[in-house]
Amino acid sequence: MVELTQQDYQFQHKHIFGIEQLSVADISHIITTARSFREISSRPIKKVPTLRGKTIVNLFFEPSTRTRLSFEIAAKRMSADTFNISASTSSATKGETLIDTARNIQAMNPDVIILRHSSSGAPQLLARYIEASVINAGDGAHEHPSQGLLDMMTVIDHKGHLDGLKIAIIGDIAHSRVALSDIIGFTRMGAHVHVAGPQTFIPAHISLLGATVCSDVRDAVRDADVVMALRIQLERQNDSLIPSLREYSRFFGVSRNLLDLAKEDVIVMHPGPINRGVELNPDVADGGRSVILEQVTNGVAIRMALLYLVLGGNKGNDGQGESR
Amino acid sequence: MSKAIQLKNGRIIDPSQKRDEIADLWIKDGMIVDHQSIDVKDADIYNLDGRWIVPGLIDMHVHLREPGEEYKETIESGCRAAAAGGFTAVACMPNTKPVNDNSSVTRFICEQAALSSARVYPVGAISQESNGEKLAEYGEMKAAGAVALTDDGRPVIDSRLMRRAMEYASSHELLIMSHAEEVSLSKGGCMHEGEVSTRLGLRGIPAAAESIMVFREIALAELTGARLHISHVSTEQALALIGNAKARGIRVTAETAPHYFTLTELAVLGYNTHAKMNPPLRTEQDRQAIRTALRDGTLDAIATDHAPHSILQKDVEFNMAANGIVGLETSLSLSLALVREGVIDPARLVQLMSCAPAAILGVAGGSLRIGGVADVTVVDPERQFTFFAEKSYSKSRNTPFDGWKLQGKAVMTMLAGRITYQDL
Repeated sequence: MVELTQQDYQFQHKHIFGIEQLSVADISHIITTARSFREISSRPIKKVPTLRGKTIVNLFFEPSTRTRLSFEIAAKRMSADTFNISASTSSATKGETLIDTARNIQAMNPDVIILRHSSSGAPQLLARYIEASVINAGDGAHEHPSQGLLDMMTVIDHKGHLDGLKIAIIGDIAHSRVALSDIIGFTRMGAHVHVAGPQTFIPAHISLLGATVCSDVRDAVRDADVVMALRIQLERQNDSLIPSLREYSRFFGVSRNLLDLAKEDVIVMHPGPINRGVELNPDVADGGRSVILEQVTNGVAIRMALLYLVLGGNKGNDGQGESR
Repeated sequence: MSKAIQLKNGRIIDPSQKRDEIADLWIKDGMIVDHQSIDVKDADIYNLDGRWIVPGLIDMHVHLREPGEEYKETIESGCRAAAAGGFTAVACMPNTKPVNDNSSVTRFICEQAALSSARVYPVGAISQESNGEKLAEYGEMKAAGAVALTDDGRPVIDSRLMRRAMEYASSHELLIMSHAEEVSLSKGGCMHEGEVSTRLGLRGIPAAAESIMVFREIALAELTGARLHISHVSTEQALALIGNAKARGIRVTAETAPHYFTLTELAVLGYNTHAKMNPPLRTEQDRQAIRTALRDGTLDAIATDHAPHSILQKDVEFNMAANGIVGLETSLSLSLALVREGVIDPARLVQLMSCAPAAILGVAGGSLRIGGVADVTVVDPERQFTFFAEKSYSKSRNTPFDGWKLQGKAVMTMLAGRITYQDL
């Protein structure tokens, strides 16, 4: 059952562009809602009629398997009709693609568009042209809010709360939309985020967002409750951001030795997909502290909650939502 | 013989004569005249009640898009916007299609401008097609009407070519204007690199991309003795370099644009493509430094970098949007705010927007001397109005100031005694 954080709380967001727009109450409410939906995925018949008759479009301008599948499963478990559109930004005339595509899709009256796009801010642009709700499934190096929410949910599962926790995020912060969503979200919920990586991976003024920057990865990991490694994109070597993956792995890869500095009950997270042996040593990725697969499971529940809430689901309805 | 015009009871502000007094200005046959020399009985009289009479404003940095992109702006529409903004002359950048890198394009621009509502001074390209490889024909372009040289927007990367350009320009007594940007450092960036770019996940352009190139240009000007003008300065760092160069006697001048002393990087929040320009809007500290530099003389001129774009270039993803905003019709109002806020006095404003641009470009105007051409702007510093982009005379609407409540504007613009705009 959904427990409202406050008696008079109302989820007000039609669109989900980023964690930035969400209050503490919003984040708590989304996670609480997601908890109630998680159980559906473990039933023998994994389907409820909550979003029956709703049309949800996955509009992906960047290749994605996992996020798209997660949103699609979330929508289908709630009986929505889902459609996938994969478009290429490179082949189309610059700029016209997104708006023209949006207008075409809008003419078919979808209820939610889930957008993945290489341009930061693309979801806001899309939302100006359509009636449907827009959920950002990753825009450029900006945000990936559903990932941030599922990360917070996973940590709460293990720690019971976020307030006061030390969260170490290691890797390519500057080019990671997951990092930005996580830094904003965890900080807003009262956790202390420490980021570490070579300076080429640390964006300007990230400390103004509340993150502590550590030049030595050991300082970030020491006494941490959570260690999150970010995926290193292999092409970063060619951008002169790092000289080689080997050197990166040696100085910033998360190994078992490094983890010994963290709290005993530390959990290890990764937004996937993992480059084994680069940002995470295999023994850590598959070790007992890893909660990486729980993140994936929670991802479906978070996306169910987001779809439900942007479609006005918390108004006079329980979380199981037999019908609307 | 045309009828005489009497601009009566105006506050004449003319730093070129150190004048600031309530008086009448007489105009006849396109010239500013002494009323004792003419028959004053048959004159059109405009009682100005203390509104300002200033030398016609000159915008030394605009993009008129003709030839080649007439759907964004034409010489005629740009000049009408100029007149409405109080400008009697503009200097237009060479990045047209084709590039103004030869005398036939220069001549075309001058011919198109002949009947328009502002003087148009073409600025020729430094290199052929502005691709930074070979010098353009400076002598030919100057003979056709070019007043300066720049590869604006496509900065000359090759330092040796820039050195040659400065030397060769000196031979033709032409000014080099530099859009100072170290492009290997700014590559891929679409706003100022700082807290806001991090929050928005947009790739940033550090202030160093401007100051590195400003330093190179100054070093080359020192080496060659060329006359150098730094366009649209946006950073405190660049100002420090320019101030230092001036103190050492290097022949360098510099301009900024109203958006750099009015807005900061915060204007980009919400992915507002009307706050996207190059150089980008900077920090509050930079904005304050620019205001100080306008007062202390480190900056010589205010120019708009008027850059019309259609919604095809602006209503798109932020990183794909074109750089630049229109500015001709808001420049004076935004600059008058500096006067109200006590940053500069009215005479300094006129210096920045008329006298200095005329002197730097070496063109007519910038003065209300008797016997001079009657390029005159009447300014009502009190008039309050709301600026609506859709009512602009420009063909483009790309401005962050749409809907802004502004105070102070041009209420009459006169080009050689012909009224090109009136809103008395």
